[in-house]
Amino acid sequence: MLQIIFYVFAAILLFSAVMVISVKNPVHAAMFLVLSFFSAAAIWLLGGAEFLGIALVLVYVGAVMVLFLFVLMMLDINTDIMRQGFARYLPLGAAIGVVMVVQMLLVIGAAQITPEAGAVVADPDVNNIKMIGQVLYTVYVYPFELAAVVLLVAIIAAIMLTLHKRPGTKRQDVGKQVRVRKDERLKVISMPAEKRER
Amino acid sequence: MIELSDYLYLGALLFSLGVAGIFLNRKNAIVLLMSIELILLSVNINFIGFSYYLNDIAGQVFVFFILTVAAAESAIGLAILVVLFRNRGSIDVADVSSMKG
Repeated sequence: MLQIIFYVFAAILLFSAVMVISVKNPVHAAMFLVLSFFSAAAIWLLGGAEFLGIALVLVYVGAVMVLFLFVLMMLDINTDIMRQGFARYLPLGAAIGVVMVVQMLLVIGAAQITPEAGAVVADPDVNNIKMIGQVLYTVYVYPFELAAVVLLVAIIAAIMLTLHKRPGTKRQDVGKQVRVRKDERLKVISMPAEKRER
Repeated sequence: MIELSDYLYLGALLFSLGVAGIFLNRKNAIVLLMSIELILLSVNINFIGFSYYLNDIAGQVFVFFILTVAAAESAIGLAILVVLFRNRGSIDVADVSSMKG
């Protein structure tokens, strides 16, 4: 039963991956990528990785794919131009894909990777999130902090790349406003008083 | 019972689909980024499979870090795409090389 569920989700995953790389409209490609992330999350749940399966849905479907769709809809893309070269590269891409599949399947099939007879199911008393938390904040605490730094760098880089000043727009510069002095704004001119008209 | 080789076959197929996607979508940098996401997903499936069958939580921790780096990569990649589109008016990968001599 578990195997049938695995194969169903694997088939959906592979189908949606094919659609991602072959569909014409990039918005549809993003939607198929969402479907493939969902199927992969289900497969991870079957593999006992509950935390990562849910994190994949939350982080990828919830954040990264929304970012993809946001950028797709912000850019005005001509889909006809983008399809140029698809037919030209199709034989090469398909050939390389098939060769890689055959190579990897040969290696996987030949190596007889069967660690133990039957899967060793993780300790049912300790749940998956607890197990990850126990090693993540002790053994892997420095990689964890490095990951935080990587995310910070990504935030700064993404903002700095997309930030640009358009000439001619009026905006408030608080620093300039604070630094301004009286004689830059106010000028006292001595001029003769005008005669009142009767 | 799901075998370890099932996970590995699935990862291999998905990886090849991602690589083929990079070859097919040369004109469209955004689908290129999606293909890279597929490749990373296939690697993560391998990690999950090995973590389950070797009964070792380290594989899942590694997947966690891969997810972090992949999210950062796609954020920066999309930012570069926005800047490229602003300057060139297209997201063709061939346009990126216009600065070469």
